[in-house]
This record gives sequence, structure tokens and C-alpha cells, in this order.
Amino acid sequence: MRRLRNVIITTATWVLVLLFFFPIAWMIVTSFKSEVDAAAIPPRFDAAFTLEQYAAVFDRGMTPYLVNSLMASLGSTALVLVLAVPAAYALSIRPIRRVRDVLFFFISTRFLPVAASILPVFFILKSLGALDNITALGLLYAVMNLPIAVWMMRSFFSEVPLEIVEAGQIDGAGLRTELLRIVLPIVLPGVAAVALICFIFSWNEYFLATILTTFEARTTPPFLASFVDGRGQFLAVLSAASTLAVLPVITAGWIAQKQLVRGLAMGAVK
Amino acid sequence: MLTSSRSLAAGAGLVITALALAGCAGAGGDQPAGGDVTLTLATVNNPQMKDMEELKGEFEKDNPGITVNFVQMEEGDLRAAVTADVASGAGQYDIVTVGAYEVPQWGAQGWLTDLTDVLADDAEYDVDDILPPVRAALSVDGRQYAVPFYGESSILMYNKELFDEAGLEMPNEPTWQEVAEFAAALKTDDRAGICLRGKPGWGDLFAPLTTVVQTFGGNWYDSDWNAQVDSPEFTEAVQFYVDLLAESGQADPVSFSFTECLNALSSGKAAMWYDASVAASILEDPSSSEVAGKMGYAHAPVYKTEESGWLWSWNLAVPQTTKNADAAIAFVKWATSKEYHQLVGETLGWTRVPPGARTSTYEIPEYKEAAAAFAPITLEVMNAVNPEQPGVDPQPWVGIQYVPIPEFQDVGNQVAQLVADAIAGRSTVEDALAAGQKIAQAAGEKQQ
Repeated sequence: MRRLRNVIITTATWVLVLLFFFPIAWMIVTSFKSEVDAAAIPPRFDAAFTLEQYAAVFDRGMTPYLVNSLMASLGSTALVLVLAVPAAYALSIRPIRRVRDVLFFFISTRFLPVAASILPVFFILKSLGALDNITALGLLYAVMNLPIAVWMMRSFFSEVPLEIVEAGQIDGAGLRTELLRIVLPIVLPGVAAVALICFIFSWNEYFLATILTTFEARTTPPFLASFVDGRGQFLAVLSAASTLAVLPVITAGWIAQKQLVRGLAMGAVK
Repeated sequence: MLTSSRSLAAGAGLVITALALAGCAGAGGDQPAGGDVTLTLATVNNPQMKDMEELKGEFEKDNPGITVNFVQMEEGDLRAAVTADVASGAGQYDIVTVGAYEVPQWGAQGWLTDLTDVLADDAEYDVDDILPPVRAALSVDGRQYAVPFYGESSILMYNKELFDEAGLEMPNEPTWQEVAEFAAALKTDDRAGICLRGKPGWGDLFAPLTTVVQTFGGNWYDSDWNAQVDSPEFTEAVQFYVDLLAESGQADPVSFSFTECLNALSSGKAAMWYDASVAASILEDPSSSEVAGKMGYAHAPVYKTEESGWLWSWNLAVPQTTKNADAAIAFVKWATSKEYHQLVGETLGWTRVPPGARTSTYEIPEYKEAAAAFAPITLEVMNAVNPEQPGVDPQPWVGIQYVPIPEFQDVGNQVAQLVADAIAGRSTVEDALAAGQKIAQAAGEKQQ
């Protein structure tokens, strides 16, 4: 009976995995086709293999866009971690007064859709002379991701057994030692998860990047969309550009995954 | 312990301040040094625009000190980004690609530089060479606010081989009734008799459909801006379009727009297609089309009017907010000049010359030869359409497949969604248009 249940769960997992992975696999396959083969209905599986789409993407000069995306994503993620770790500490291990209100305030900053705040943001950046500026964009991403990061991080921090912290305090650990050498190693898997999510959110962000950047600070998502051609075929070249664009995210996910596993194996949270 | 907490908070504050300062400092960094000018050009990513980017070096060579940066965007993004920039006066773009729909609105708002005199004063530029209907659509009270980079009308494209096999003959100026008969005769299980756009969107479904409505005697508004969406003529036209798609059209029509129909035609999966005239140059390219050399082209089908093609152009304009107006105008003139058309032909190939902008292009012998299949009909149709009165009755705006008021994008998108529901069989044409009438009326009342 248990065996049967295991088989069902395994099968269901694989079905889900394939279902989620199928669009990505399709994109990668399409990126190696010519435009004519990519547009064929029904799809052609005997299409000739070509790298011409990748050549076309690099001809357009993708590198500056990738660099901008990396700067905005890594910068904002680092800033979020620097701010969210002490915030989560102050909201769980050494709770300040009115924790619930503070948490509500954090999440309330996400209530307003970005589209509703785009005009004020645009005008503020314009008056600061910070339109088309990658630092400004990275700051905005950090501010947008911070509430989610604080909420996630707090739930990880809450699982740290207070006894461990108290034991450290008895041994004379100061705040810095307590946070950096006792608590942080325990919640490292959580920190990795938060970092990964912040990185992915920033990397994929499209709306602000489209409106607030023009040339110098343009990031990858609007660059990808620019392959959409109102008067022609573009599926294959768009797939090639998108395949290149997901590589850094996959790398980041892979790194974070190793971190997650190692962190969990430490066992202190159990 | 309290001190430690404070120092943490202070550290975090410092990081924010430092980053904020860096944000402000970085902005001034990209100012041009010395007398050099950097122009930023925002454009859609159509093939002709890519060619312009490829050739911009020629302009930069002839105009030392000027660099032109291209920012290519998806059409919807371009509208959003350029509207925000131009309307707020941010001045990030020195040259913008603007559709024929926006030019009269932005010109009237004072957002675009008036180019009338600059162009007229330059005899060599020969502004009168620009196709008259296109120029009319880009002018407000006789003042011209943009120059067409390329233009298009809509034509009926058909697979001559299939017509010959079936013993059918396409007249040069067909009626919609004839087209419906041909489509029914040529429809098979794995081939559509005709491919028509069904994807909801004012620029998708409603581009061809508005021209059908107009030749059936209907229109979006009457001369007093009363909505006419539920009028008998509008209804008859939409019902005809929906029936034609149901009886002889492609499967799943609501997912089809230009690109999807192009794919269907070029792989022989459809016998006819009514859409933008620039499609002809792609269908005639053997490297991307299986039907190159087998296609025939006719005027847009009609019913009650003599001509029914649409009129669209992507245009170059100079926002009022640019700090580099002279350099920007110089580039705009270069990219829309006769010399530029020669340059494209000689370096990239004659079929890649931007069509539908200048009459003289159609007199270049090499272009006439290379584009023999579609150049004559494009010029013929583009000169024949009347953007001032495309339908049976007079209209209080200039434009064919769109109404140049800011609300039209929203009205067109919403009504297109309702009509797409009717195409997909989820509602009836009457119900869709009754709901559409209310949406259109609200926008019309603002114009009264």
C-alpha cells in the first residue's frame, strides 16, 4: 500500500516537473531553429539545427543589458539582505514593541500596484535627474523586495531555538556575535532562499525597467521584448535571447540550492 | 547592547544614503563631452528600423560629433515609454518613432517639433515627394509634425497557384461578397480559405475590421461624435466578418494577428489574406516563404465604397523637449531622404527600401524591378485611399482604421474583446456591439 502511494507520488511529481519544464525546453529547442521552422504549424521535429539566432542576438549587443540586469539584481539583493537580517532579528528573536503593527506596515507597502505609483516615481526620478540610472533602478528593486524579504526572513528567524541564543548570551556573546555567529548560520538556508527570490524578482522586472530606463541603464527584460516584431517572424530569435537571459537565474538557483542543502544538513533547526 | 542595536541601524542608514547619493551622482555621468552630441532614438523593432540602425554609421561619418543610439522596443512598450517621456517633458529621447495614430494628437498638444518650415525650406529634401495621403494624416491644420519613415496600406493577398487549380480568377478590385465566395471554394480541411486577424486589440482585430465596417457604410462615430457601433451597417459588417471566419477562415481565429497569418500564408496553409501591404515583401522572400513567386495581389475588398485600404505609417518625430533639436532634425531628414533610399538599395538590397513613404522610390528602376510583384499595387492603393473620408459618410477626424483621440486605444481594445468573444462563439454580434456602443459613446461625448 505504502509502495503504491510512493509510486503515485513519484509519478505525480514527475508529471508536474515535466509540465513546468516543458515551456523552457520548448524555448531552448526553438532557439536552435530557423524562423521558418519555428513558425511551422504543426511543429517540425526534424528542423535543421542552427546557431544563427544566437549570432543575431549577439549582433544586437546583448552584453550591456545583461550587465545592467546583473548590477541591479545583485546590488538590490545585497542591500535587501543587509537591511532584512537586522529587521527580522528585531521582529523575532529580540522583538521590539508592536511587532504585528510593524509587520503590517511592511506588507502594506506592497498593497498599491506598481502601475499606480509609476507616475510619482517617474517624476521624482526626473527631478533628481536619476532617470535611466541603474543605481536608481536597483534601489527601487530593493525597496520593492524588502517587505517580502523581511516577512520571509522573520519566519525563518522565528524557528531559531531561543535556548541557543540564550546559551550564547550566557557565554558573553555581544549582539554582533549573537547575530553573525549564532543566528545567521542557523538561518542561512532561509537567507539563501530570500536572496534567490529577490534576485529572480529583480532580474525579471519588466514594467519599471521599460518606463524608467532608456539606453544607459536598460535591462534585459525590455531588451527581450524588443525582439517582438509587429511585421515579421521573431519566435526563434526571441527564444535564443530568452534562453541566454535565463542562464544567470539558473546559475543563481543552482548556487542557492547547494547552500539550502548544506544549511539544512547542519541540523540545528530540527 | 543598546549601543550595538543603534550601530546596526546607523549602518543600514548609511548604506541607504550612500546608495541614494550614488543614484543622483550617476545621472550626470552620460552628458556629452565637448561639442559632441549623442542622440537617443526610440523605435519599434520592425525590419526597416533595424536597417536604419545598420546604416546609421553613414550619417555619423558625414556628421562628425553626432552619435545616434537606438533603443528598440516592443510596440506597446514604445507607446508607454515615449508617452511618459514626452508628456512629462523628461526629454530623454531626441527622436521618437510615432505611429500615424499619435502624430496628430501629439502635434496638437504641442509635444512635437513643427517640421513644416524646416522641410519646406530644403529644396533638395523635396517634401512634396512624400505620398499625399500619408502627409495629410501627419498634419494638423496644415502643419506637419512628423515624417513618414515607411508607410503601408492594406491589400488582399492570394495564392495564385491555388486560384488557378480551382479555375478561379481574382479581379483587381474585388468585392467582399466575391472574396467570401472564393474563400468558401478554396477552404479545405487543412487549409483556410482566408486568413483574417481575430486577436483582440485596436491595432490587431480592429485594423482590418474597421476598414470592413467603413466599406459596409458604418463607422465608429457620426459627424457629431455620436457612437455608431450598434448601427445596422456596423453590425452587418461585423456579422459578415464573423461569418466569413466561421465558414472559411483559419481555426482558432482569436489567436491570429499579422504574424500568425503571415506564417499560415507562407506555408501554404491559407489561400487568401487581407492585411498590411508590407507583408507582400516578406511573402516574396524565398528564404522565409514557400509561396514566393506564387502570390497575387489585389486592392482591399470593397462593398459600398470605391477603395477600402487602411493607411498606416511609422514616422520619425522630434519631441519639443529635446536639447539637440538641430542634430535630431538633421538625422530625421537623412533617414527619410531620397539618398537614404538609394543607400538602402545599394548596400542592403532593393526589396528592403522603406515602402510607402516617397513617390520617387517607385520610380527607381532597380526598386521597380526587385519589387515588381507588390510595388505598383502598394503605390496605387496608397495614393487612392482617403484618410479624410474613408467611409460612406463624412467623419470629423483624419484617419482610416483608427480614430485619433486618446480614448480610442481603450475603446478599440474593449470592443475588440467583445467582438472576439462573438468570433469565438461565446456571444452574439448584437450583444457584443450593444455593449460596445456604450463604451464608444462615453468616449465620443468627450469630443462633443
